[in-house]
Amino acid sequence: MMACLLEAPLRISVLSEVTATSRHYVDRLFDPDPQNVLQGVIDMKNAVIGNNKQKANLIVLGAVPRLLYLLQQSSSSLELRTECAVVLGSLAMGTENNIKSLVDCHIIPALLQGLLCSDLIFIEACLRCLRTVFISPVTPVQLLYTDPTVIPHLMSLLSRSRHTKEYITQIFAHCCKTPEHQTVLFNHSAIQNIAPLLISPSDKVRMQALKCFSVLAYENTQVSMTLVNVLVDGEQLSQVFVRMMQRDKPIEMQLTAAKCLTYMCRAGAIRTDDNCIILKTLPCLVRMCSKERLLEERVEGAETLAYLMEPDVELQRIASFTDHLVSMLADYFKYPSSVSAITDIKRLDHDLKHAHELRQAAFKLYASLGSNDEDIRKKITETENMMDRIVSGLSESSIKVRLAAVRCLHSLSRSVQQLRTSFHDHAVWKPLMKLLQNAPDEVLVMASSTLCNLLLEFSPSKEPILDSGVIELLCSLTQSDSPALRVNGIWALMNMAFQADQKVKVEIVRALGTEQLFRLLSDPDTNVLMKTLGLLRNLLSTRPHIDQIMSSHGKQIMQAVTLILEGEHSIEVKEQTLCILANIADGNTAKELIMTNDDMLQKIKYYMGHSNVKLQLAATFCISNLIWNEEDGSQERQDKLKDMGFVDILHKLTQASDPNLCDRAKTAMQQYLA
Amino acid sequence: MEPRQESVIPASGRDYRSSSQDSMSSVTQRWTVWNCAALLCQTSARILVWLLGLLYFSSLPLGIYLLIMQNTTMGVLMVSLVPVSLLIVMVWQAVGIDGRNQIAMSGPSSGCGFLMSVVVHGDLALSEQEKELNQRLRSLYPAVNEQETPLPRSWSPKDKFSYIGLSQNNLRVHYKGHGKTPKDAASVRATHPIPAACGVYYFEVKIISKGRDGYMGIGLSAQGVNMNRLPGWDKHSYGYHGDDGHSFCSSGTGQPYGPTFTTGDVIGCCVNLINNTCFYTKNGHSLGIAFTDLPSNLYPTVGLQTPGEVVDANFGQHPFVFDIEDYMREWRTKIQAQIDRFPIGEREGEWQAMIQKMVASYLVHHSYCATAEAFAKSTDQAVHEELASIKNRQKIQKLVLSGRMGEAIETTQQLYPSLLERNSDLLFMLKVRQFIEMVNGTDSEVRCLGGRSPKSQDSYPGSPRLFNSPVHKASSSQTYQTSTYYIHKIFFLPAWVKKHLTKMILQKSGLLHQKKNFYTEVEMEVDHFSNGVSESSSNGFLNGSSTHGIDLEELDSAQSKRQLCGGSQAAIERMIQFGRELQSMSEHLRRERGKNSANKKMLKDAFSLLAYSDPWNSPVGYQLDSIQREPVCSTLNSAILETHNLPKQPPLALAVGQAAQCLSLMARTGSGSCAFASVDDYLH
Repeated sequence: MMACLLEAPLRISVLSEVTATSRHYVDRLFDPDPQNVLQGVIDMKNAVIGNNKQKANLIVLGAVPRLLYLLQQSSSSLELRTECAVVLGSLAMGTENNIKSLVDCHIIPALLQGLLCSDLIFIEACLRCLRTVFISPVTPVQLLYTDPTVIPHLMSLLSRSRHTKEYITQIFAHCCKTPEHQTVLFNHSAIQNIAPLLISPSDKVRMQALKCFSVLAYENTQVSMTLVNVLVDGEQLSQVFVRMMQRDKPIEMQLTAAKCLTYMCRAGAIRTDDNCIILKTLPCLVRMCSKERLLEERVEGAETLAYLMEPDVELQRIASFTDHLVSMLADYFKYPSSVSAITDIKRLDHDLKHAHELRQAAFKLYASLGSNDEDIRKKITETENMMDRIVSGLSESSIKVRLAAVRCLHSLSRSVQQLRTSFHDHAVWKPLMKLLQNAPDEVLVMASSTLCNLLLEFSPSKEPILDSGVIELLCSLTQSDSPALRVNGIWALMNMAFQADQKVKVEIVRALGTEQLFRLLSDPDTNVLMKTLGLLRNLLSTRPHIDQIMSSHGKQIMQAVTLILEGEHSIEVKEQTLCILANIADGNTAKELIMTNDDMLQKIKYYMGHSNVKLQLAATFCISNLIWNEEDGSQERQDKLKDMGFVDILHKLTQASDPNLCDRAKTAMQQYLA
Repeated sequence: MEPRQESVIPASGRDYRSSSQDSMSSVTQRWTVWNCAALLCQTSARILVWLLGLLYFSSLPLGIYLLIMQNTTMGVLMVSLVPVSLLIVMVWQAVGIDGRNQIAMSGPSSGCGFLMSVVVHGDLALSEQEKELNQRLRSLYPAVNEQETPLPRSWSPKDKFSYIGLSQNNLRVHYKGHGKTPKDAASVRATHPIPAACGVYYFEVKIISKGRDGYMGIGLSAQGVNMNRLPGWDKHSYGYHGDDGHSFCSSGTGQPYGPTFTTGDVIGCCVNLINNTCFYTKNGHSLGIAFTDLPSNLYPTVGLQTPGEVVDANFGQHPFVFDIEDYMREWRTKIQAQIDRFPIGEREGEWQAMIQKMVASYLVHHSYCATAEAFAKSTDQAVHEELASIKNRQKIQKLVLSGRMGEAIETTQQLYPSLLERNSDLLFMLKVRQFIEMVNGTDSEVRCLGGRSPKSQDSYPGSPRLFNSPVHKASSSQTYQTSTYYIHKIFFLPAWVKKHLTKMILQKSGLLHQKKNFYTEVEMEVDHFSNGVSESSSNGFLNGSSTHGIDLEELDSAQSKRQLCGGSQAAIERMIQFGRELQSMSEHLRRERGKNSANKKMLKDAFSLLAYSDPWNSPVGYQLDSIQREPVCSTLNSAILETHNLPKQPPLALAVGQAAQCLSLMARTGSGSCAFASVDDYLH
């Protein structure tokens, strides 16, 4: 404490001294003699190199506006203007705050203006400074695109020198963040201009050009399709990328080239069974996941690989056995390791920073790996502590990790075997339910989708989930604005209602409410409608359940059915509705709801004569249920339907070409004969 | 696959291996009966082959002989026997094939027609494949000295279990046991172990048929490991098995490793001799490390266990499915980065001084006096030899290299009076060379007799510019050493190596590129010491020999004009006289110092030149080549230096030679990193 007190005045005096010298530099910028100004700028340049304190001082003291003024003055000598650009570039190399101040002083338009000058040295100095400003995360990327003449001018400067190539490509690589940016650059023939740089003798230029292509091609079909047809020195671009993935090339180059090919493949420009994907890109990305790589590289490698193989089961299979990938990924969860905590604090900090990223990347890759193949899922769940990791991942603070974990869980939940075993053993439903309580939509979609699978009839987790008040939760999901959430909510309810107890069914109907049910039946999303009908069908299964539900909600349900049958819907929807009707016809008392409804009977008759066999079959099924012999009052119903002309139709249907329909009609006819 | 011990051990509980004996004998019995029939056909087939072969091979020379002797009828008859015998063979083959199918299956007894057709037609394809194999192996494993450690090229017909059959140049392996239990497993090893100097070694096996159960194992094993087992089950044996995809590391129980493999799959096995690990590939995809801490000298091995299993090996005969070159590139980069980043710590200054010293001493050694002077000046060093002395050596060397031996000997005797007196072997060697130069017509003595001025343009290719002033050296016409020169040199050396010196001397050439312009190029040759003993050295003085190739061409075109001793009768007489002197000197030497086989051979070879009408194109004509002056020159130079108590080898050459020696020592002791640290790579 004493030491601090003693030191404090000393520090202040040092600081004031520094400020004084800084002021001296700034003052010299205002010297009337241009030669003195130039010397002042040069001295300033030498003073700020590598000195962040000095940079901050000069900015505070207002050097930037003066430098910009000197830079823009056409009366200043070219040498002075160049030196000003160099000093500004040097200031930009400092902290993020420096960049902010520079941007606030409108350095970008000034420098862009400077590019119009004809002197190459000056242009290079401006570009270097622009590059430094633009690669900072605090600079708004949009500033590059505000003036529409900037991009074409940069394209024209591209070939001027090695430095212009490097700086401009680097600016593009950092400032292409949205599809709009991609389009702008594409329309100014970025591809044709940058492609030759891929074989530039300079490593830096090649690297930046490669990065440009990776950002241009990302999720962009237009660019990707163009890229495959580009020739560089008579060689296809994909082959150039393959060469850049050779193992003796810098890791960054290998990784970025692999990204380019991945994006081109995902955009459909390269087939997934192409050798450059299957034998080059995939192994390269797997290598990027290995322990020898830096944490950042491992994250990027895993994410890119996950993206590459997401839609293709063959790639998933190959990746699953390449270089022990599945167990290699288990290492992603070991950060920060106990070793890193001991060795040094810097390492611990570094590991901590990347730990989340690593985990989410690993979950993503697992999700992608296991999305189709049962054997791979088994391999994943058998990895050490895998289920525990997912479970703890579900409740991590980072949303990214939670999302990735639930994606992984979802992917694994497609396996019947895993649902029955590891999912139950690890009670994954618990954190999943917790996650569903309060999470952003994207997490909710995945989580509810997983829940759908967990609620499948054979899943042992179904019971405990039911007991945890899931019905209310799902019902609230069906009221969401997001169609995906509504589908998942109603889907889960449908799965839940399948062969469920009376109690559960009643509870679902009560919680959902008929009003909501009707709303869902008129949902614009067909998927929602289909699942709602599916729910109704599952609710109206065994006879006592049918009667009970129909006695309380019969009127509304019949209304809804009429509405759908009359409306403009797809065959699948109508078929599903007719199946519901058939279920209703199976009830004891519920039958009467149809029998007393002549309008409905007419509709059934209509569908029996429909051109679509599926609809005919469903309608016939319904009639068959109505005239079933062993039930009370069957005679009367038979008579009534006979009067309405159903027998003739049935007779006709016995001649139908479809064997199912034919059988069904015959069975129905037998009811009359008995 | 697991040996499935529980099903193997008989009820009595006897040891696994001993129990295998009884069942084996029964198998052998059955085999013998089955083989008898085949053997019979086989013998008859062989006799027929011999007869036809005899007829075929003897008829042609006999026919020609008869034709020359003007016995036309018989001659034509004999000569025409060649196509006739061929025709017989073909007809016989066409007829024989159907009836012989079964025999053909049993491997070596494949019909003789087939055999002959291979001899006649297959030769080309075979050598083509052989060529491709050699080329691929050379490019993959440039550091391997195949004289010392041959590379595996096929399966060994001697090192296999009896249930294994080999065919197709010993590359195809099939199972011929009955394959009931794991006791019937059988393996075969490659002909040679994997040399450590490969750095990274790779071979592939294609599954032609998985047979009954597909119990196939691919891997590695040491010499002497039981062949009645699949690779991986025993100590020093490692394997990856097709039925369960497990890896077996010297153990009967496998570890889950990779996917299963079956018919149509290509399995590769890569041994990394730098970190002693091994990984497999399936259809070009790496499966990750399977084994670590592998011992050295492992053989590629495959094992089969059930009937119908057939696999083909690719030791480099065909392109590999997996991109092994890419993997090697990674390791080459790693090793070279390791070398580049070798810490020298505080001693950076020392290093620089040392390197400068080495360069200076090299320049002095080879008497590049002006360059040496300039270099010493710019790097602030002292030259340990007087300038005059360097110039003297330079003069002598120049004479030797231009073929003016007489003058060279004279000058040497003048400048270093006692040197040749004390060293009579050296004098003899110089004299023999002088004799050769006389035959060549280049020696000063015969030159003046031939009417040509001794000072006229000498015939040594490239030599006029050998000792040019440094200024000239920097001129643009003398660009970098062209690779053609290396090819030329490598091409030339073996003949000289074998014939002139009994001990092996391997020359390595390199180019040292200096920063300063006026000594841009220094070319050097490096001795390679076998068995750690430094043998007679040869130092090249070809500086800026970019024109070498062209000179050679001129030489070739001038060949027809070349005449013994320059075509002068007087010169020939002088040469013969000199030869007599030489003969008597040789006898004198023998009397005084006992027999010297090297000297004897040298003289014999030199005299042999006179036995031919055109010595230049004779089998001993190589002696006349100017390149043969180099070893003589360097021996003389070293001898002179020794009298001044200076090293007979420049330290630079010594260091390079030592590095090369270290690498070969590494190869012998099994450190694979030597594969990616070639000295040549660093000299360019």
